[in-house]
Formats: sequence, C-alpha cells, structure tokens
Amino acid sequence: MTVTDHDVSVPEESSTEGSHHELEPGHPPTSTGLTNEKVAIWAFLGSECLLFGGLISTYLLYKGQSNPGTIRPHDIFDIPYTSVSSFVLLMSSLTMVLALSAIQKGDHRALRVWLLTTALLGGSFVAGQCYEFTVFVREGLNLRTNLFGSSFYIMTGFHGAHVTIGVLMLLSLWSMSVKGKLPSEKAEVVELIGLYWHFVDIVWIVIFTLVYLIP
Amino acid sequence: MTDPTGGPVVATPPEEGGPAHGAAHEHPSDLQYVYIALFLAMVTAAEVAVYYVKSLAGLLVYILVTMAVVKFSVVVMFFMHLRFDSKLFRRFFITGIILALFCYVIVLSTFHIWHR
Repeated sequence: MTVTDHDVSVPEESSTEGSHHELEPGHPPTSTGLTNEKVAIWAFLGSECLLFGGLISTYLLYKGQSNPGTIRPHDIFDIPYTSVSSFVLLMSSLTMVLALSAIQKGDHRALRVWLLTTALLGGSFVAGQCYEFTVFVREGLNLRTNLFGSSFYIMTGFHGAHVTIGVLMLLSLWSMSVKGKLPSEKAEVVELIGLYWHFVDIVWIVIFTLVYLIP
Repeated sequence: MTDPTGGPVVATPPEEGGPAHGAAHEHPSDLQYVYIALFLAMVTAAEVAVYYVKSLAGLLVYILVTMAVVKFSVVVMFFMHLRFDSKLFRRFFITGIILALFCYVIVLSTFHIWHR
C-alpha cells in the first residue's frame, strides 16, 4: 500500500465500507488484489521452510556422530520400500491438483473423487511410515539409541505429522463437499489446502534425497 | 480508506505485483498435469536407479541433488502454480528458502560438515 498526502486514489465508490468489491472487478477487495488467506498461507509455507531446514540440518549434522557399533542409516534403510512411499506421495500431488481443477470447473463429483484419492494416498504414506518405524524399532533403533535415531525420528515424525494433518483437512473438505457446503465459489479453500499438501510433498522430495539416497 | 497515521491509501493495481488471484494466466490442463506427474515419476525412478549404479558413486551427490532440485521446482512452479500466480507469493516462498539455506549452510559449515 502506498501512502500519500493527497486525496484517496481509489474510485469513490470503492472507498466506502461494503462496496470494496468494486475496487477491481474479479479481484478480492484488498489493495494488492490478492486474498489475505492466500498471502497468509504463502507466508506460513515460507516459515515452514525454516522449520524443516532446521530439522534436516540437525539430521545431517548428527547422522555421522553416533557411537561406533550402533546402527547407522544405511544399515537399516530399505530404499525400494521408501521409493514406493515417495512415489505414492508424489502422485497424491497430482490428484490434489486435479481436485482443485475439478472444483474450479464446477465438477463436484470429480472433486470428491480426487479429494478422497488424495487422502487415501496420504494415509497410505503415513501407514507406510508407521510400518517403517516399527521395523526400525524391532531392529534396535529407537529415539534414544543414538544421535542418528533421535534426529531421524524427529525429522520424519514431524513430516509425518504434517501429512496426517493434511489428510484430516482433505477429509474435512470431502465431508463439506458431500454436505453441499463447498460450492465452487469456495474453490480457494481447496487451493489453500492444496498448497499445504504440495508443500509436504516437496519437503519429502528433499528428505528422500538427502536422508535416504545420499550415503 | 486511510493508513494508521490518518493519511489516505492508494490502492495498488494488481498488475504491480504480477497477476493477481484469479487473473487471466491460464493454469495447465488436466492432461498437462498428468504429463508433469509422469515426468516427476520418471525422475524419481532415475534417482533410485542412479543410487544403485556403482560407477556413478563419485557423482552421486551432484546427480541426486540436481534431480531433487528439478522435482522440487516442477512441483512448486506447476502444481503450486507459482509460475502463474502473483510475484508476491514467489517472493515470500523464495525468501523463506534462501533464508533457510543461508542460515543452515552457515550452521553446517560451523561444524565442518563438508570435510567429513
């Protein structure tokens, strides 16, 4: 927003309460033409980069610092299994973007199908992660085994929690759509949750490479 | 509309920050989204394949990081629509990434992680 000492530069009818929609036809009633919710979610995602950056850095710092003789990353990682999990999460980004496309076209049946598919793929990823954790614990790696174990579980656990929250939000959207409470005018709600969902996907892209694939 | 100091506020045209929400920029079609996902799947398969090629062990880190950057960028640009949306969002996100990289590269360098 630019502040001047001159007269208000918005059209006369836009300066009054309740008529902001006439500021710029087709745009939200903000001075940037962007909705506050969308600006907020992007600022939130920017801050999440710092959170996950911290967790990944801590892992990289600690993974080689474990006591000799204790479990090390590549003693227990099952790359083919994690590759399938990564593929599942990647494909959930496709179904999410197809859900957004569906609501923007007013196709609510397709919206529900894609939302549910995305939630199922996300749920499969979380289930796969739980199974992976139980295998690791059975092999002797837990939170207190060594620095690798602590940093690995905290980092991937935080990511899994984000995916779980995403799945819950997707199921809420699906439920709203079934009840008819998600009209096409609210497509931005799907877009915002979609942005969050794609973010957890890109975080996994980084984790999969830096944690699992790079020795 | 006034600012907190009592001065008037000039509405910034959406064009100044790039295309605003719902602006004319077309998003990819559903079929294009499928092609993008296929590309991402192929890059993931290539990542896993490279991991098992012993002769590439010396270049593994560079190849894998490049592939991850490609996948990251494609998801952000096309699935998150950053390529088509307002430049303001791009600034928010890229600033976050640069801050995170800058901050954590310094931390990791402090602990000499690159020489291990």
